[in-house]
Amino acid sequence: MTATPLLPLDPALVDRARRLAARAAQPVVDLARSHTTVSVERATLRLAGLTGADPDGIPWVNRLADAVAEQVGIEHGIALPVFHALADHPDLTRLAHAAAAGGVRFAFPKGAAAEAARERATAAVSHGFDRIDRSRRRRDALVAEIGDPPQRPWIYLIVATGDIYEDIPQAQAAARAGADVIAVIRSTGQSLLDYVPEGATREGFAGTYATGENFRLMRAALDETSREVGRYIRLTNYASGLCMPEIAALAGMHRLDMMLNDSMYGILFRDINPIRTFVDQRFSRQVHARAGIIINTGEDNYLTTADAVEAAHTVTVSQLLNEHFAHEAGLPDRLLGLGHAFEINPDLPESFRMELAHALLARQLFPDAPLKWMPPTRHMTGDVFRGNLLDGFFNLAGVMTGQSILLVGMMTEAVVTPWLSDRDIALQNVRYVLNACAGLAEDFHPPADGFIAKRAGEVLGEAVDLLGTIVDDGLLDAIADGTFGIMKRPADGGRGLDGVAKRAEDYWNPAAAILDRDAAAAPAREEAAR
Amino acid sequence: MSRIVRPYGDTTGDGMVQLSFTLPVPHDKRAEGAALQLAAKMGLDGAMLVHAKAIGEGYTFFVVYGASTHLVNLDDVKVVERDYPQLSPKEVNDAIRERLGRKLCVVGACIGTDAHTVGIDAILNIKGVAGEKGLEYYRELRVVNLGAQVAVPDLVNRAVDEEADAVLVSQVVTQKDAHLHNTREMAAAFREALPPGKRPLLVVGGPRFDEHAAAELGVDRIFTRGTTPSDVASYLVHRLVTSREAEPAA
Repeated sequence: MTATPLLPLDPALVDRARRLAARAAQPVVDLARSHTTVSVERATLRLAGLTGADPDGIPWVNRLADAVAEQVGIEHGIALPVFHALADHPDLTRLAHAAAAGGVRFAFPKGAAAEAARERATAAVSHGFDRIDRSRRRRDALVAEIGDPPQRPWIYLIVATGDIYEDIPQAQAAARAGADVIAVIRSTGQSLLDYVPEGATREGFAGTYATGENFRLMRAALDETSREVGRYIRLTNYASGLCMPEIAALAGMHRLDMMLNDSMYGILFRDINPIRTFVDQRFSRQVHARAGIIINTGEDNYLTTADAVEAAHTVTVSQLLNEHFAHEAGLPDRLLGLGHAFEINPDLPESFRMELAHALLARQLFPDAPLKWMPPTRHMTGDVFRGNLLDGFFNLAGVMTGQSILLVGMMTEAVVTPWLSDRDIALQNVRYVLNACAGLAEDFHPPADGFIAKRAGEVLGEAVDLLGTIVDDGLLDAIADGTFGIMKRPADGGRGLDGVAKRAEDYWNPAAAILDRDAAAAPAREEAAR
Repeated sequence: MSRIVRPYGDTTGDGMVQLSFTLPVPHDKRAEGAALQLAAKMGLDGAMLVHAKAIGEGYTFFVVYGASTHLVNLDDVKVVERDYPQLSPKEVNDAIRERLGRKLCVVGACIGTDAHTVGIDAILNIKGVAGEKGLEYYRELRVVNLGAQVAVPDLVNRAVDEEADAVLVSQVVTQKDAHLHNTREMAAAFREALPPGKRPLLVVGGPRFDEHAAAELGVDRIFTRGTTPSDVASYLVHRLVTSREAEPAA
């Protein structure tokens, strides 16, 4: 659904913003195309069907990839040596056992042996892509059969108990109470693990581990609930942190519907190396494009550390960069859940009008993207009564400006992880606003010379200026200088840098090859779909 | 004036409080009776059940008003009173420059798995909190903010490298008492790495700490909800500049 333009934005300025974003992003795209990471290589093994973990809980994909990396490095891609060695082993799992025990010599075959290894590798990863394609078709069929939520925005709720078996009934209860999208928050710190835990997990810190089995269990439970409530309930998790590409692959195969997948979040907020992040991010977005997964970007986070008025244009800049990175990876607008947030200090005069201006600017710049509207957190205090009022205004702004996905704000945001009653009160708040003024957007036409239109134009102007500076200085330097969210992150610092390698001339990765073909064909495919 | 107080609704001495809670029972007469009985056991006299609503299957949410039968004697209330003078940023800078003669180094971090930098950033980032600028704004303070999820050994090494005068740690995540475990681990690591006279001042902060527990956790000071950068700066000057001068030379 294309949003109607309500602001008198200068089309030439909008166009200039997009061209600058593309120029600013290009060096990073080149960087992503010319490097690989341990997690990209492990994701390839996961697509090829390798699962399970050793007795210490370290996944076999890690054991196998580490063994190859140690012997011959990852700069050529690990698929060729792995699938060459596979000629002497019954399957990948047993090859991984042998490699972990030090019993495999990895080498690069030539001629016919190389051709045979390439064929085996391509066939294996194609099975993974077949699984992703089947999941996508299954989602389409279920949505056609059961139906989408009757209203926009979709109502997005978070569960996070640490125990997947406790999360499931909570998620089902939330769906029955009105949630359209369930997000299972990950355990604090999972983003810094350089492996994806295995199996169903029952213990986490402030969240539940993202694992393939947890994905499968929750999706199956929500399929049941979807039929019961007559809406397809979407499931969300996080493709972020050091294992972003692997989690994207698991999400695609287990039919998750949305994934948080920001281009810069890991760099800024988890101090993950910028190059690692951009390489992993590109691969994971290509997987999401193939899987039909809506990505959610994390611009809201900048406003939790920087001032929401002064830094409003950094959100716009990041949205434009995220849009470019997503398009380059083959994601169409309808899978682009760009984020923004209601984080202006409520003590400021006209704070709500500024919120409307910022929200409307995003709506108009990205008319076909399912924008994700994030609730106040920074100015939520222990005063839960005021918090509930603030959440009401957040909901109102979301409805007035036609936001697509609404993350339900909790009045106890600053106090506790949400209680059952907090969630009920929060949903009551959303339902009241939706019921009272679902159609208010029709009547909302801010005057062209009014406060809202001026403020939106101002933010766009500042965004264009900043993009110009980023083009001149380079995006990596801008990140190093603390342009986004005030965090300073140099390109040669951060976690996970040792898992990055520049691709050799003969780099070969069958999954990356298939995904690059997808991305190249994406514009044509979108055109045909219209 | 009486030092004995009761809650105030709209009349002195009425003792009125409101509370809300959920019971894991379906909403029916028995559930409402259970809510009132709980209120009575909590010390509410003449409790009124003003709201009861089913939440999902098998849970009911209640709002109850009633008169508390408990009294509080203000003379028996124990708090940690501020034991140092509150200084303005200028006074902090002047004190350090004139009396320490060098910049005072502060190393800050969120340790363990805690990724919530909102606390440490509020205190350290120039942006600050509650209208006050953070410690980075103070000319005579040298601030090294290590950010989120810093391993304790990394924090200790960095503090040693920077010759930190003070280490500030913020802990927001409290699941399974993670904030207490992490704080004890940090205090122990500094004790192990450095002799008493060389150790930086250890300061922790977070919304769920008990400010009386500093000694038990092995740190010098705990700051809780509502702390501003100038509270922390004033304390640092008090401990590291003003009171050091008063100590006899070793």
